[in-house]
Amino acid sequence: MKLRSAIYLASAALSLALLTLASTLPSDAADKVDPVADAKAFKKFFTDKFPKVKLEDFVNGPYSMNEDLYKQWQDKEQFPPYEFSLEMGKEMFSKPFKNGKTYADCFENGGIGVRQNYPYFDAKEGKVITLELALNRCREANGEAPYSYVRDEMAALTAYMAFTSRGKPMDIKIPDDPRALAAYENGKEYFYTRRGQLNFSCATCHVQSPGERIRAEILAPALGIVNAMPIYRSEWSGMGTTSRRFTTCNSQIRGVPLSPQDDEYRNVEYYLSYVSNGLPISGPGARP
Amino acid sequence: MTDHFPMKSARLPALRLPALKLPAFALALTIGAFASAGSAQAQSAVDEGRKLAFDRSKGNCLTCHVIKGGDLPGTIGPELVDIKSKYPKREELVAILHDETERNPLTVMPPFGRNRILTEKEINAVVDFLQTL
Ligand code: HEC
Ligand code: HEC
Repeated sequence: MKLRSAIYLASAALSLALLTLASTLPSDAADKVDPVADAKAFKKFFTDKFPKVKLEDFVNGPYSMNEDLYKQWQDKEQFPPYEFSLEMGKEMFSKPFKNGKTYADCFENGGIGVRQNYPYFDAKEGKVITLELALNRCREANGEAPYSYVRDEMAALTAYMAFTSRGKPMDIKIPDDPRALAAYENGKEYFYTRRGQLNFSCATCHVQSPGERIRAEILAPALGIVNAMPIYRSEWSGMGTTSRRFTTCNSQIRGVPLSPQDDEYRNVEYYLSYVSNGLPISGPGARP
Repeated sequence: MTDHFPMKSARLPALRLPALKLPAFALALTIGAFASAGSAQAQSAVDEGRKLAFDRSKGNCLTCHVIKGGDLPGTIGPELVDIKSKYPKREELVAILHDETERNPLTVMPPFGRNRILTEKEINAVVDFLQTL
């Protein structure tokens, strides 16, 4: 039976993941954390489970899981619904702040084609810095009020930055620093930990059940799941940032979502991005 | 009338019938009425169970299971059919609903009883409904 075997496969992979988790809990020596091996096993799990899906196609979320949907998506890309957001982002990006500086002054290469390097581990602060966080810090450093992490302005800015980076392979680094490794490990642990009244982890939906329908929605695979962010969703009639997606997923499980850009979410994004290294940036994305 | 055994008589109303004095046909009628009241009750438990199973803020079973009569089902779990032949004992179904992780620690099915998503009574109603599938 298809479902059974799918469950067994997922179970096997999950128990593997749990085993590695167990063996790398903080009490154990930190040198057992092996992100390189993790990333390899993670990719293998998805490519084994979906042998027909090309590696670079996993970044298209639910569309990669279903041929009919894939066709719909290609049609949709003729008139992408995120176009307005992209335009807005481009304009915002070039418009100077009150002090005359621009976003370009805050980023390497003027912020063009750099999406694939986020999030990164900041050695000075000892924490993970996501693109959304970096954008708001840029605003604040230039005397501007930060934007909401879940609304249109942040979506527009990240959409534009993703667009200028399309096709570049995700390139997340874990520096040789125990704090970076700990951030990665915490993110991984968060991802596999069940919570909320419904007892779901991120992995329950995006590792155990990708390609399955949850009600009418087809679940995206965790591999490459952040490469398409931000996304336009018809259901939202608008754009959603990574922060919006994470908090929405957490409220769906009747858990209490953390605040956007909470350390835990930053670590999860670090983990998910790292294990998706090598897969192309495809954002902004459009979803049913 | 003073009732010395309120609990008992409440649970066993038949005991209060002056059965000896009742003509046979009346008894038959009473029993008939009882029986149909019973099946009406069962029917309403089934309806209640269906409602709970389909309600998004309650069982929301359609999120994961195809169930006859339900719209927009998900595909994460198996279609719920022939439940009675697969699980003849209702305790098995109660257990699955209470906490499927006991049978399968990695299941994605939420522990409805353990996490109090459904009360014991609600679980029983859902099981009544499942047995009609
Ligand atoms: C109850 C199931 C469920 C859980 C648990 C869940 N998600 Fe989701 N997630 C969804 C659904 C449904 C969607 C929308 C369909 C899709 O794209 O997968 C989604 C979409 C996403 C997307 C956008 C993917 C895309 O390409 O559209 C990201 C990123 C994401 N989830 C991350 C997470 C993270 C991180 C967690 C844990 C904190 C999590 N999810 C937990 C159900 C879930
Ligand atoms: C998030 C997904 C999900 C939800 C919600 C869910 N289930 Fe399940 N259910 C499953 C999965 C997956 C299985 C397969 C067995 C396993 O995982 O252990 C299952 C198995 C079952 C079985 C055993 C079926 C068989 O053929 O062996 C029954 C009965 C059942 N579920 C009833 C329900 C009912 C009733 C509800 C709602 C009150 C419900 N489920 C909600 C995922 C779910």
